[in-house]
Amino acid sequence: MKILVCISNVPDTTAKISFANNDTSFNAAGVQFIINPFDEWYALVRALELKETLGGTVTIIHVGAADSDATIRKGLALGADDAVRIDFEPNDSFAAAEQIAAYAKDKGFDLIMAGKETINYNGAMVGGMLAELLNLPFVSMATKLDMNGTTATIEHDIDGGTEVVECPLPLILSASKGMAEARIPNMRGIMAARTKPLTVVPAAASDKLTTVMAYKLTAGRTDCKFVDAATPEKLIELLHTEAKAL
Amino acid sequence: MSVIIYTEISKGKIKKSSLEAVNYGSRIAAQLNTTAVALIAGDTDAIADLGKAGAKKVLKLKNDKLANLDSQYLTAAIEQAAAAEGASVIIFSHDFTGKAIAPRLAARLKAGMVAGAIDNPVISGDSFTVKKNVFSGKATAEYKINSAKKVISLLPSSFPVVLTDNTAETADFAVNLDNVNSLIKVKEVKQDTSELNLADAEIVVSAGRGLKGPENWGMIEDLAKTLGAATACSRPVSDMNWRSHHEHVGQTGLAIRPNLYFAIGISGAIQHLAGVNGSKTIVVINSDKEAPFFKSADYGIVGDAFEVVPKLIQAVKNFKAGHN
Ligand SMILES: Cc1cc2nc3c(=O)[nH]c(=O)nc-3n(C[C@H](O)[C@H](O)[C@H](O)COP(=O)(O)OP(=O)(O)OC[C@H]3O[C@@H](n4cnc5c(N)ncnc54)[C@H](O)[C@@H]3O)c2cc1C
Ligand SMILES: Nc1ncnc2c1ncn2[C@@H]1O[C@H](COP(=O)(O)O)[C@@H](O)[C@H]1O
Repeated sequence: MKILVCISNVPDTTAKISFANNDTSFNAAGVQFIINPFDEWYALVRALELKETLGGTVTIIHVGAADSDATIRKGLALGADDAVRIDFEPNDSFAAAEQIAAYAKDKGFDLIMAGKETINYNGAMVGGMLAELLNLPFVSMATKLDMNGTTATIEHDIDGGTEVVECPLPLILSASKGMAEARIPNMRGIMAARTKPLTVVPAAASDKLTTVMAYKLTAGRTDCKFVDAATPEKLIELLHTEAKAL
Repeated sequence: MSVIIYTEISKGKIKKSSLEAVNYGSRIAAQLNTTAVALIAGDTDAIADLGKAGAKKVLKLKNDKLANLDSQYLTAAIEQAAAAEGASVIIFSHDFTGKAIAPRLAARLKAGMVAGAIDNPVISGDSFTVKKNVFSGKATAEYKINSAKKVISLLPSSFPVVLTDNTAETADFAVNLDNVNSLIKVKEVKQDTSELNLADAEIVVSAGRGLKGPENWGMIEDLAKTLGAATACSRPVSDMNWRSHHEHVGQTGLAIRPNLYFAIGISGAIQHLAGVNGSKTIVVINSDKEAPFFKSADYGIVGDAFEVVPKLIQAVKNFKAGHN
């Protein structure tokens, strides 16, 4: 089975967020970057598990500049066979999807996995857009994936519950919690990653359908009002009269 | 010209997130001096609610293949309706359905898309500027949509639903799916049996590792039941299988924005906050007065959950008895 996993490069989950250039771009100075958790924990690890049991290859793909290479190497350290970086800084999810589609269209991948969404721009769009651009079936928010020959059985979240679907390969899915357990790369993996192929591919044509005009930090909460533990009825009263939440 | 809003039925009624989307789309239609057209597949007695929410026209999508959430069939259906109505703006809710179909439709139409809008677009000429949350709620961004066609999905619970006595003209819309062959077969649908859906709940009672073990969740469920609330949990709690992973909220779980969020025995790690900081009012109960969550709370009680929660349940019961 030939699997492609889309990974994005995002600020560490605890990173302090700030903006530059008159609040029109993210300020990456001093920020540690990681593989987007949905891509790593859920998509990549499940892809590696499938490869270990069924054979095949796992390729990771990233659309971005050379400063993402350390993040890509981490994916190789976890066990991916090779990596592709498309040398292009996408300004939105569609721009990323277009680049991935242009690369993947004639490579014969059986399964393409994206994360549910990136934790920086929170799009939740690339998987579905990619499916359209490649004219493939798409299963969103997958929480479980099993293979039976060339047919995938996937459990995924829908409004008000979950659904189990079957679909022959090739297909595209977006991965959510439940697909796999997070792994930590070992020393051997880290050493091996240094020599695994990371191919840099020039960008294809791109449409600029959206532009970010400005970013703004969300205002925090004002002071917390404390209620004595012995009198929780005071809390209920405040929630009713002051917060109007009850 | 018109604005199309894709809507859905849940448990016999129009979904709340769909009504929010119709309100949103009808405000855009009013600004553009055009008609808000709601699309719906399936039948409900509550169809008039789409008109009350602002739709001038309702198209009932007719094709048996539209019974399940299939991105290929639904994309084709909405594309056909949008073409028939000459719509260049298409609105979804940013719920699971919206996430499954809106991106596919946007890519097909080469429409610029903003997912998870939190405010009305600022419209100037043919250009929309739409605000959304980024960095898991730590910031917002204003996206300008450059294309003529536009797809926007509205973050649920961004606006309260407003119903008026407006009525909509209703018509059937035959969808032709002869040339669309989806290979996805639905084997089973497991409906969430709990009455309250976490994503839609107005009040959420959430608990963390401070509860010590799954056997202690009885009081959390009691509190939730007394308040008419849904239950949620922190990530370690679902990782240890104390609770179902559907209850996991935060950056890597579900992002929720209820009116009222109770966090009990949860420390308030930044990844947890990322999924709940959109809540209107936050109450934190924690035995450690230094717990970081208090810095992101509106109300706090420093105390042992095992003592505070039973008293709180009683207080809610007394309150409910006095306000009926
Ligand atoms: C990449 C990444 C993504 C993550 N995503 C998420 C996510 O989506 N959601 C999430 O929740 N976490 C997430 N985490 C984990 C997060 O960092 C924290 O570890 C987690 O939220 C802590 O859970 P907790 O508050 O339940 O437990 P703890 O941190 O152990 O806190 C327990 C709290 O209970 C209090 N307590 C103890 N006893 C009592 C008592 N008797 N009464 C009252 N209070 C008591 C303690 O004072 C403490 O504050 C993520 C971490 C990483 C690295
Ligand atoms: N620049 C990128 N390069 C490769 N994959 C990406 C990129 N951006 C997003 N993705 C993938 O698409 C998923 C959803 O991203 P988004 O739709 O932007 O929230 C991510 O979890 C990744 O799997």
